[in-house]
Amino acid sequence: MVSFILKRIASGISVLVAISFFTYCLLYFSSANIARNILGEYASQEQVQAKEIALGLHRPLLTRFFEWAGNALHGDFGVSWFTSEPVVSAITTRLPITLTLVIVSIVCIAIVATLLGMAAAVKRGWIDRLVQGAAVVGDAIPDFVLAIVLVSVFAITLKIFPATSSISPDSGADAWAASMTLPVIALLINGIASIAQQIRSAVIKQLERDYVRTLRSRGIPEWEILFKHVLRSAAPAGLTVLSLKFVGMLGGVVIIEQIFALPGMGALAVQSTSMGDIPLVMGVVLYTVIIVIIVNLLVDLINGWLNPKVRVS
Amino acid sequence: MSVPVELVGQSGTVVRSNVIKKILKNPLGLSAVVVLLFMVVLAVLANVLTSFDPNFANIGKTLASGDAVNLLGTDSVGRDVWSRLVFGARTTLLSALLCAAVAIAIGLPSGLVAGYYGGKFDGVSNWLVNVLMSLPGIIVLLTVRAALGPSVWLSMVAFGILMAPGYFRLTRTAVQSVRNELYVDAARVAGLSDTAIMSRHIFSVVRAPIIIQTAVICGVAIAIQSGLEFLGLGDPSVATWGVMLNEGFKNIYLSPLLLVWPALAIGLTIGALVLLANAIRDALEDAEKIKAPKRGGNTAQASLATVRRRPDRTFSAVVEAGTEHHLVKVSHLGVGYPQADGSIKKVVDDVSFHVDRGEVLGIVGESGSGKSQTAFSILGLLPDAARIVGGSIQFDGKYTVAPTDDRVSQTRLSEYRGKRISYIPQEPMSNLDPAFTIGYQLVTPMMRVLKISKSEATKRALKLLDDVGIRFPEKTFEAYPHEVSGGMAQRVLIAGAISCEPDLIIADEPTTALDVTVQADVLDLVRDLQKRLGVGVILVTHNFGVVADLCDRVAVMQNGRLVEDGDVRDILRNPKDPYTQKLLSSMLEDKEPMTMLVSAGMPAAQAAARNDERDEKEMAR
Amino acid sequence: MSTTKHHGAASGAELLTVSGLDVEYPLKGFRRKPFRALTDINISVKPGETLGLVGESGSGKTTLGRAVLGLAPVTRGTITFEGNDISHATRAERRRLGRDLQVVFQDPYTSLNPSMEIGSILAEPLGVQGQSPAQARARVRELLDQVGLPSDAINRLPREFSGGQRQRVAIARALALSPKLIVCDEPVSALDLSTQAVVLDLFLQIQRDTGVSYLFVSHDLDVVRHISHRVAVMYHGEIVEQGPAHVVTRSPEHPYTQRLLLASPVPDPDRQAKRRNDRHRLLDAQRLEEASPISA
Repeated sequence: MVSFILKRIASGISVLVAISFFTYCLLYFSSANIARNILGEYASQEQVQAKEIALGLHRPLLTRFFEWAGNALHGDFGVSWFTSEPVVSAITTRLPITLTLVIVSIVCIAIVATLLGMAAAVKRGWIDRLVQGAAVVGDAIPDFVLAIVLVSVFAITLKIFPATSSISPDSGADAWAASMTLPVIALLINGIASIAQQIRSAVIKQLERDYVRTLRSRGIPEWEILFKHVLRSAAPAGLTVLSLKFVGMLGGVVIIEQIFALPGMGALAVQSTSMGDIPLVMGVVLYTVIIVIIVNLLVDLINGWLNPKVRVS
Repeated sequence: MSVPVELVGQSGTVVRSNVIKKILKNPLGLSAVVVLLFMVVLAVLANVLTSFDPNFANIGKTLASGDAVNLLGTDSVGRDVWSRLVFGARTTLLSALLCAAVAIAIGLPSGLVAGYYGGKFDGVSNWLVNVLMSLPGIIVLLTVRAALGPSVWLSMVAFGILMAPGYFRLTRTAVQSVRNELYVDAARVAGLSDTAIMSRHIFSVVRAPIIIQTAVICGVAIAIQSGLEFLGLGDPSVATWGVMLNEGFKNIYLSPLLLVWPALAIGLTIGALVLLANAIRDALEDAEKIKAPKRGGNTAQASLATVRRRPDRTFSAVVEAGTEHHLVKVSHLGVGYPQADGSIKKVVDDVSFHVDRGEVLGIVGESGSGKSQTAFSILGLLPDAARIVGGSIQFDGKYTVAPTDDRVSQTRLSEYRGKRISYIPQEPMSNLDPAFTIGYQLVTPMMRVLKISKSEATKRALKLLDDVGIRFPEKTFEAYPHEVSGGMAQRVLIAGAISCEPDLIIADEPTTALDVTVQADVLDLVRDLQKRLGVGVILVTHNFGVVADLCDRVAVMQNGRLVEDGDVRDILRNPKDPYTQKLLSSMLEDKEPMTMLVSAGMPAAQAAARNDERDEKEMAR
Repeated sequence: MSTTKHHGAASGAELLTVSGLDVEYPLKGFRRKPFRALTDINISVKPGETLGLVGESGSGKTTLGRAVLGLAPVTRGTITFEGNDISHATRAERRRLGRDLQVVFQDPYTSLNPSMEIGSILAEPLGVQGQSPAQARARVRELLDQVGLPSDAINRLPREFSGGQRQRVAIARALALSPKLIVCDEPVSALDLSTQAVVLDLFLQIQRDTGVSYLFVSHDLDVVRHISHRVAVMYHGEIVEQGPAHVVTRSPEHPYTQRLLLASPVPDPDRQAKRRNDRHRLLDAQRLEEASPISA
């Protein structure tokens, strides 16, 4: 088990290094006009050159990358080229909002989708058709289009929820709840439908397995068979899709945050990339990828716990 | 008798013209195709259908509602919404295709190679896939845009690369699943080259999933692209649905309709793609389902509802007098499966037999004879779709299936199952839950059924493992199913079957999956336990040797009917029914080697063809 | 045994010779010892002869068949077919060999491509050997006739046929190029008893008509006894006993073969009771022998 975790961590680190290098290269080619962008149209040629040297833009790619990587290893991601705010603090003030949004959505999806999927698999009939139909509708409507619809109906027309929020990490719980409800719903619908579909087919597959019949023949109550045995074996399929959903959501949330004007990572990502603020972009990418790697590791661990065969090999 | 045509281990799917027909017959599939065709027509004929350049701005006429000149009105700088919508269709559809094309171009060949050859290439590409799949799409696209500029095409190429792992994984898994199929081996033996094998045998397997995946990917690409443009990160000089959404959202208070048109276009197109993917999938699955031969089974035309009632909970009819002493008595049992056309396919038809305490009854027959279905109806473990279409079953003087029930009553059977009736399955490995230890799977039923404590159940479980001849009970108790051999697993299942001291054990081909020397050991074990515990046993098997070894009486089944039953010596030595005679004459034991078994006096091919004909007639009967 | 005289199975040069064969599969992981599937296998098959290979699951009998076909890696030793060493034949040599060396697999459900029509399945080996489509079509008709299938089978898919019929399609595919040796890997194990009889008859008939040799792999001693001239018994990757079929399958010498013989039940209660007692006595005797220091 320990070697399994170590292996996973090692592969996570290799992914992290590869992605940082790749992103850095991409940004290197985009950094031609950065000094000019920072100083504005009216700065003189000399001022621009001085700025370029101050930012170290004249030095070769690898030198810059290793310098950045070295600092990053010590937890120093530099400061934003435009606002001079330290990257770490810029991200940590915005991360809670994004993470709340994503984690609340994922947890809701996991619970509702599992119940719906199980119900659809076991009861069949109308609930099954409902889940199947909802999966198609959920897949058909991109979450940001749904968000736009939600905003126009519930915020602009009915005025039940604020259209744009003004929360910060230290706002009260009620302000959070009011601001988060619509965005979470926008993220939920699509996820619930598709994960419920996955759980449904995984449960149906398990119910057809021989061991379920044998458990029934042993006089084990049906609820115990469903929730202890069938769900346990069906869960990995759902978990894998859930982790993919999570990765997708970390990206998709960028648009949602823009629609609801939430001051999360999304705004930061859009700003920093459109201006070419290399330290900030690197910070955003790195934080996101680290979160993804941690989530993948967690999923692997849970799968290992659920399935003893994985644990052994 | 022939093996009924089952779809075992088939992974191939055929894309044929009839699949297209099926998609068009499916109303959802048809509407998806219509919507997509409509969008394509818009995109192709954009120049003809519009009278304005999508970027032509009439400053004098902004945010106008629709009229004869501007069909859908104008936006905030006076551009014609209809023109923009139609040209937007062109850009959006082309970019989605570009994305899918890039993803296929990278994912498909690499998946084929990685799946077929494995090795280093597989390792490296899997690592790359991990990298790509850890990347949140939009953030990458934002970075790409920052680096390379706001081009729709470039961002779709980048997104195509991000989507390639989907195709890679799909292809790789499909290839791996068929790489070791025997028909690929046969092609290798015939001397086909790797490229020929891939194009003839392997590509046909991935073709259908690839088409489905492409419909899905196009939808995702449209969503992502529109999302990016909605953020204001698109190329402002190109009219697309996403740019229009952005424009509409800015003016949501002034002219909400501006938002409706592009949102509708996006929703409709993606929805149609999703529906199309589903329709293809359904059509392909349908094609697989038709495999059941028309000749299969005896189709009873009588509608179910008129014949049987649902089980009545309060109903407790007394069994026929003078039959109470039988442990199990099955009378005129019929089991059937309702078909799509309203008829019922009978798999068990008018079967009657009984088993007394301490007696071993063998039910013999070939596959499709209904012997297992008969056993499962006594256990109450028939599949959900199954219906009792006739007869009754009584256990220890009480009905478990009363003469009017159309299903086995689970309430009535749960009193007996696991407590007084137990089950030994055929395939030892698949009948243990791989996620739980063997100990857990022995202990829990005892705790539930006998209501004893965990420690007592553990003590009993260890004793049971010892009783069934397992040498290290403690070690096996702690082990997971995949850590023991097949023979051991079968002993564990036998231990489970006797753990709650049943009166009747139903064993369904308990030794078929085992090696012959292990089979002999397991038969010894079952015989000893049966003698010691005095239980009644119903042994379902196809092997007359196993029958001779264990059974007191035999019932022979064919095509759902019981053709003959009686004392084991009578049946095996002097079979009356021609089918029993045919089965026994097919036994190789005691035959002169190298002699013909069924084709005396005619070429074997002719005998085989004649055998097929007889099978068809029997099945159609 | 009239058939043996017919084709002179007992005499003449060997068609297939396997000598000193080892097969090892590399295991995943750094510096792990490879898995040894076969050790020092020596067998031979004469023209027109059937060599039965019998053993339990994991004994290596299937691997031996696959090694002859070039589907398992040969680590040591040689496989000679018609005097040519084919232990490490290239794909092009295999293609040439495909004419004389063919296969029938166990599972009639997975040995035929489910998405190909019977006609194209049967024509595949013919096409590889460069036959024209017209020639191939004529030959396919002949083959279907030879295994007793109707000629309209050409345009049907494997799933429209029963297990026994599919196995006959697989036999027809093996026969397509009139090979000299067919490796049969448990060809009747997945079939019902009466279907098994039909297919075994077909194998015997084809051998009488064409003089083909079989390397016939099975776990069932009765099947092997019925169809083989000679029998080799495999256990844990080695051949423990081989000789004429009637000797090996009726009065075996090796303790494992003795156990195998007595473990297979006979369809008569009283004879089976006797066999059971014989088996218990044998097991006791073998256990004693193992325990006694003298024999060791």
